Amino acid sequence: MTSVPPSTAATSPSATAPAAARRAPAKRHPLLHPAAKVVLFLLCLLPLAWYVFGAFTERLGANPAETLIRGLGDWALRLLWITLAVTPLRTWTNQPALARFRRMLGLFAFFYASLHLLAYGWLDKGLDLADILRDIGKRPFILMGFTAWLLLVPLAATSFNRAIKALGAPRWQALHKLVYAIAIVGLMHFIWMRAGKNNFAEPLVYGSILAVLLGWRAFRRMKR
Amino acid sequence: MHFHKPRDGQRIPASEITPREVHDARRDWLKTAGALGLTGIGLSGLSAGVQAQTAGPGKLAKLPGAKSAVAGATVMEKLTAYKDVTSYNNFYEFGTDKSDPAENAHTLKPRPWSVVIEGECAKPGRFGLEDLLKVAPMEERVYRLRCVEGWSMVIPWVGYSLSELLKKAEPTGKARYVEFTTLADKAQMPGVRSGVLDWPYVEGLRIDEAMHPLTLMAFGLYGEVLPNQNGAPLRLVVPWKYGFKSAKSIVKIRFVEKQPVSSWTKAAQQEYGFYSNVNPTVDHPRWSQATERRIGEDGLFAKRRPTLMFNGYEAQVGQLYAGMDLKKNF
Repeated sequence: MTSVPPSTAATSPSATAPAAARRAPAKRHPLLHPAAKVVLFLLCLLPLAWYVFGAFTERLGANPAETLIRGLGDWALRLLWITLAVTPLRTWTNQPALARFRRMLGLFAFFYASLHLLAYGWLDKGLDLADILRDIGKRPFILMGFTAWLLLVPLAATSFNRAIKALGAPRWQALHKLVYAIAIVGLMHFIWMRAGKNNFAEPLVYGSILAVLLGWRAFRRMKR
Repeated sequence: MHFHKPRDGQRIPASEITPREVHDARRDWLKTAGALGLTGIGLSGLSAGVQAQTAGPGKLAKLPGAKSAVAGATVMEKLTAYKDVTSYNNFYEFGTDKSDPAENAHTLKPRPWSVVIEGECAKPGRFGLEDLLKVAPMEERVYRLRCVEGWSMVIPWVGYSLSELLKKAEPTGKARYVEFTTLADKAQMPGVRSGVLDWPYVEGLRIDEAMHPLTLMAFGLYGEVLPNQNGAPLRLVVPWKYGFKSAKSIVKIRFVEKQPVSSWTKAAQQEYGFYSNVNPTVDHPRWSQATERRIGEDGLFAKRRPTLMFNGYEAQVGQLYAGMDLKKNF
C-alpha cells in the first residue's frame, strides 16, 4: 500500500508546468496528460449515456426497467473491479501514473451503485420507502446489495483531499480498506441474485478476477 | 385423485359450455369496441388489439384459430406486441439471457417432429406433428402469461385443449400425473451444453390439471406457427401457473402414477414447487410475487400491477385446489 494519496502528487506538476513543456508532449507520459482524466471521465459516463439514450429510443428491450436496474448494477461492479485493479496494474506495468485515476474510478463505482439503487427503488418499488425497507429485510440478496452501497458511502464522502488531511493518512487508509469487504459483499449480492437460476457463469468470472486482485495483495503482504 | 375415463355421450366437455354471462359479456364488449371505432373515439390500443389477435408479422406459416368457447379462454386485455413476445423469452436450451432464445433458436428444426406418448395409458405411441395438428380444431386463446420472475404478457396462442390429445391415448386409472419432456439436443440447442439445469427439461401436472380445458397444447401464436424461441413446434400453456410450468418443444408425454420431479424443483427445491400456481400471497424466497410488470405496456416509471390469484383464472381452476394449503403446496 502506498502512503501518499495518489492524485494530488500526480496532477499538480502539470497544472503549474510552463507553456513550453506543454508543447513538448514527447517528454510527458500520456497518462500524465491533463486530458487523460477528462477522457476517462467521459469514458466512465458512456454506459449511463447509453442507458439514457436507450430508454428514450426504446432500445432497452422488452423490459427496460430490468435492463436498467441490472445494467447499472453490472457497471457498479465493473468499475469497482477496475478501481481495485489500478494498484496491481500499476505495479505489474511499472506505470506509477495510473494511480491518479483511482479516485475517479472509485467514485464512478459509487455513482453507478447509487444509480442502481435508485433504479431499483424507483422502477421496481415506485419509491415506496416502506416497501423498500420491507424488501431489504426480507430478501437477503437485497440486503447484501444495500449493505455494499451503504459501506461505499463513507468512502465516497472522504474521497476529497481535505478529508484525507482531516483524517490523517493512516486513518484514511484504514477506512478505505473497507473497499475489499465491499467488493466481497457486492459479489455475494451478484452470486445470490443468480443463484435461483443456477446461472453462475458471470459471477464466476467476476469472482475469479476479484480472487486475483485480492490474492495479489495478500501475497504481497505475506512477502513483506 | 383418481382419473375416470369419461363414457362417451354421458359427459358434455366443459369446452362446450359457455356460461351465459360470459357469452353476453363478450357480446357487450364487441359492441362497445365497435361503437368506439364507429364514433371515431379511437382507443387505438383496444382496436389494435382486436385486429392483432389473428395477425402476426407474416414471417411464419399461418395457423389460424377459431374463437374459443372455453370459459376464461379470451382475456380482454391489450395484447403484448409480437416483437416482445418473441424477443423476451426464458428458454434455457438456447441460453440464459432473455434475448438469447431469439438469437440462437434458429438452429432448432421444428419439422419433422414427433411426440412419444407413453406410460399408464391404453394407446401409447409415437405421433407425428402433422397428426398432432389434426387432433382437434385450432382455437385462439388469449391468455395472461405470468413469469415467476415478476413480469407478465398477454398472448394470443393457437392450439387446442391438451385434454383432447390426452383422451386419445386413453389414460388408465393409474395415470395420476402427466410428465412432459422437452427436446435436449446439443446440436440444435447450444444452451444444453451448459450445466444450468439437468437436461432434458421435465415438467409435470396433476392429471386433473392436465385435463382442464384451459390447459393448452399450443402450436402457434398470433395466428402463425410458433417461432422457435417460443417452443416450436408444440408447447404447453398452463395460464394459471408460472410460465416455467409450460414446457416448450415437447418430445414426450408420459402418464405416471407418482408425482414427477420438475427440472426447476430439482435445481432449487425450496424455490420452485411442483404446483407453482400464480399466487400473490405466496412469495418466492427471494422476491415478492404480489406485483408484476406487464411487458411493453407499463411505462418505465409506472407502478407494477397487482398479481391476480391463479393469474386471474381462479373462477375456472380454484376448485382444483379446494382444501389444499397453497403455502405448503407452492
